[in-house]
Formats: sequence, structure tokens, C-alpha cells
Amino acid sequence: MSTDRTPSQTAGPYLSIAMTWPDGPFVVPESTDGAVWIRGRLLDGVGEPVPDGLIESWQADEEGRFAHPAAASRGRTSFRGFGRCTTDEAGRFGLLTVVPGPVPAADGQPQAPHIDISVFARGILTRLVTRLYFEDEAAANAADPVLRSIDDPARRSTLVARRGDDGYTFDIHLQGAEETVFFDV
Amino acid sequence: MADGRLHPYRRDVGVDPPNRFPAYVGTHFRAPARPPILLPQGLTELTGPLLGPGRVEPGDADLTTHGPGQPIGERVIVHGQVLDSDGRAIRDSLVEIWQANAAGRYRHQEDVHDAPLDPNFAGVGRALTDHTGAYRFVTIKPGPYPWRNHQNAWRPSHIHFSLFGEAFPQRLITQMYFPGDPLFGQDPILNAIADPQGRERLISRLDLGSSIPDIALAFRFDIVLRGRVATPFETEDDD
Repeated sequence: MSTDRTPSQTAGPYLSIAMTWPDGPFVVPESTDGAVWIRGRLLDGVGEPVPDGLIESWQADEEGRFAHPAAASRGRTSFRGFGRCTTDEAGRFGLLTVVPGPVPAADGQPQAPHIDISVFARGILTRLVTRLYFEDEAAANAADPVLRSIDDPARRSTLVARRGDDGYTFDIHLQGAEETVFFDV
Repeated sequence: MADGRLHPYRRDVGVDPPNRFPAYVGTHFRAPARPPILLPQGLTELTGPLLGPGRVEPGDADLTTHGPGQPIGERVIVHGQVLDSDGRAIRDSLVEIWQANAAGRYRHQEDVHDAPLDPNFAGVGRALTDHTGAYRFVTIKPGPYPWRNHQNAWRPSHIHFSLFGEAFPQRLITQMYFPGDPLFGQDPILNAIADPQGRERLISRLDLGSSIPDIALAFRFDIVLRGRVATPFETEDDD
């Protein structure tokens, strides 16, 4: 069937009027055991903050389960799995969540714990997709098929969140020497 | 999906605009320089947030009732159906919109266009699709507004749409336009879509049959998200 899919357009500079949800950054409630903040900045090709961006996250719970019928065989969960945060004037965002459990790849191979990230902003015509991995999962990261598909270790490291004060830090560089790896999903 | 087989979502080459598009100045420092890397769809990508029930309050879909009085401008109904490209309805799914007011001004602190705010119009709406994928908003036709992309640049009237679909690859943010807008030709955002038929799919059409006589014209905007490939993904449960 030939596609008649609706094309993407930029979310523009004013997305925050609609995309800012009071509970958006809270993938889990603040009282959750093991909750971590993922904090970062969205930066452009000359290192300037992107103050009009939107970061969204999607992930499994600590047991690798999703609140979705396609993953029902892995067990039920009420875990929302979704986070949303608009960037502030310094390009900063934060998401409170838990480190996900292992989730298989397309061929059933194990993958390292990861969070899928979407990036929207003025100047981004089509959603950018990246993945966040965790620094302290070194062995799992070394075996992860997606990370292994990226030859350059410096590029691979753009996907790895660093341990921070109250969780992890993960800056997203849209362009430039430190450009984050983006995926065609 | 009860059979433990999951169908990946098709990659439709050439439908979406490229992120590097020089005529749209905002892309210059924000478009990645390197091509994206293929991400095989695993369970994280074959699932996604099912946002809908609980996210929409009564009245959210009528943007003309969010202030103390009636907003200024041309009242319109904007409605349509959310489907995937195999024709399946996307049910019980959140549709979010935001837009400028009739004067072409957003209620956003960074919008400094010298046009009035409307105390009766915030320009933000939410709706749920029904069992046929249908959604419906009542709003005000947004005005065009100038921006600094190039000399005397004006955005055509548009409404921003945000959709989730049923899985992560279907996530879409786009814009809906109104038919016959004379500003289409000079707009680099719409024209970043190479295929003329793709651009057409962002232009709503006048739908007199759904209008309310003496009250509001209707415009129809159907939204088609990514469909699936025929070959299933074998889960570990198939063993």
C-alpha cells in the first residue's frame, strides 16, 4: 500500500503553552524508592542553550515491563513509562524516573537498560530520536547491540548518561563536535 | 498481538521534511550534521505511551470557551480522523493542539509580535479520538504572523497538532493549514516537505457538511500515522 502518511512539521518556538504538563517530568512520583533525576541541557551547534525545546522519554519499568498490550506477555504494570519536560531559558530539562530493567532487541538479544528520547524544538522539522544508557551499566552497555552498531567510541559515549548528584546527567547536542547520536526509528 | 508476534512500523522514506533545510534559518544550528543511525525496533519501540483517558477534561476541545467571554475571530470547527497508513483507526488517543489567536499572536512570553492578545483565547486544546479515530475541536481561525526567517516573512495560518498513536515510532508533531492560503509559496516550513502531495496532506479542506449554519464553518483534517510492516517480530515468547 502506498503511504499517505501525514508529514512532520516543526513544533515551533511556542510549544511550551501546550506541552508543559505539571506532572510531565514525573515518570514516577517523588516518593518512589530508587527514583533518579535525569538532568541535562539541550544545546545547539554553537553550544548555545535551546530554551524552546521539548524532551520526551519512553521506557520500561524496573522489571522490563511496559504498560502496553504489545508487551503484555512480560507482565502487567501500571508504570506510566512516559516523561515530558520543556526546556528552560538555559536549555535545562529534568525527568524523575527509575532505571529500567532489561528489554530485548528485535532479534531477542538482550539490550542494556535504556530510555528512548524524543527531541522537538523550533528549527527541528522532524522529531529527533536518541537513546539514553547508564554509565554504571558498563558490562551491559559493552554487549548492547545498538551501542555496538556505533563504531566510534566518542560518538557512542554521547548516549551514556553520567552519574550525578541526584541521578544522572545527559546533555543533548543537536550539532557540532559533540553531536549526539540520533536514530532512524 | 496475542500471538506474541509484533509488527514493526514501516519507515516511509521521503515523507517527512529533512532536518537540514537551509531556507528555514532556524535549522542552521539545530539540524544534526550526521545522518541518523538505523535503530532496529525492539520492545521499547513497539510499545509507547497510551495517553488518552484521564488526560482530557470536559470542555478542553472547545477553545472558544476557555475565557470569561467570547474570543475575537472566525469561529471554526476543526475535525478529522486519526488513522495509521493501513487505515486502522487510532482509538482513545490524545490529540493536543496549540495556535495563535485571530490577530496572529500566541499567548507566550517570547511572542513579541505587535498584535493584541485576546483575554478570551489561550490557544491550547486537547481532545480524545473516539472508537473510529475521530476527533473534533471548536476554535478560532488563527491569523498569519510575521517572523524573522527572511525579509518580510509571514507564516500562513496554522494550528500545531501533537499525536502519540499506539507506539513510539508513530509519535508525530505537525501543523495543519487552511485551504487556499496565499502565503504557502513563501513559507519554508511547509515547503521543506519535498513532495507536493505531502504538503497537500497538511492542508485542511472546507467541510460545509460538518459546519453549523449561522455559527461556524468546519474544516476537515485527517491525520495518518505510520503503518506496520507485514513481517512480524518474533518475541522470546515464541520459543
